Amino acid sequence: MKDLHAWAAIAIIGMAATTGDVLLSYSMKRVGDVGELWKRRGVLAVIRRVLATPTFALGVMAMAVAFYSLLFALSWGNLSLVVPASASLTFVANAVAARIFLHERVGRRRWIAALLVAGGVVLMAL
Amino acid sequence: MPQLTFRKYLVLAGITVFSTAGDSLLARGMKDLGNVSLHHFSGLLLAVLNPWVTAGILLLLTFFACYMSALSWADLTYVLPATSLAYVLVALVGHFRLHEVISPARWLGIALITAGVGFVAAGPSVTPSHQHEKSPDAVSEEVRT
Repeated sequence: MKDLHAWAAIAIIGMAATTGDVLLSYSMKRVGDVGELWKRRGVLAVIRRVLATPTFALGVMAMAVAFYSLLFALSWGNLSLVVPASASLTFVANAVAARIFLHERVGRRRWIAALLVAGGVVLMAL
Repeated sequence: MPQLTFRKYLVLAGITVFSTAGDSLLARGMKDLGNVSLHHFSGLLLAVLNPWVTAGILLLLTFFACYMSALSWADLTYVLPATSLAYVLVALVGHFRLHEVISPARWLGIALITAGVGFVAAGPSVTPSHQHEKSPDAVSEEVRT
């Protein structure tokens, strides 16, 4: 039963973090190259344009959900399972979500990278 | 394939360094405060007054700015592995500064993450074709890599 709770938390954290990353990435692609915009219009224009993008706020909220779910999961222990499992799930889920929702070309190179990093994160936590 | 400028590599490095430094400072500050339970929100509010915690939060805000900046010109699947180098950095700082022992499994993990980052970094940094006006040649060139 306790394991079931931990895995439910891992799934929720992974989904929320992936949703957040995808929304934030989508927002920033809409904003465009921040460096160029800064050079042309100044830093206030950058901040105004980022905050005016509705998906940015949604992305930050999804990140907050992921962060607080992690805090709650940590409060009932099982640190050595929840942290690495949710981190590595997020890397793989992000590759899938970026391909579907952001139309990134996730080629063989990036799949291998996502799997290597996910595996590496798990090993680091052992 | 768009070439990353030196400034953009600095932003990617900033993601790794600022998230690592921010997390360590936060951890250092929370150690001063002892156990803060989730039921004592006043404790969490007072935590901001601790200089380590304040510095940690400022660094994490800097990290977030770098992360958002990187996402404005690079793919999510390119930027994310770069952030994972932070795990490696934490372990190496622990090993060389604090003389923590790194087990063989952790060394293997460090190697896997580093290899993964190398795989992505050698490829193109941005791939979606519909957001930028590109000549068909440029797009087909990216598909090959």
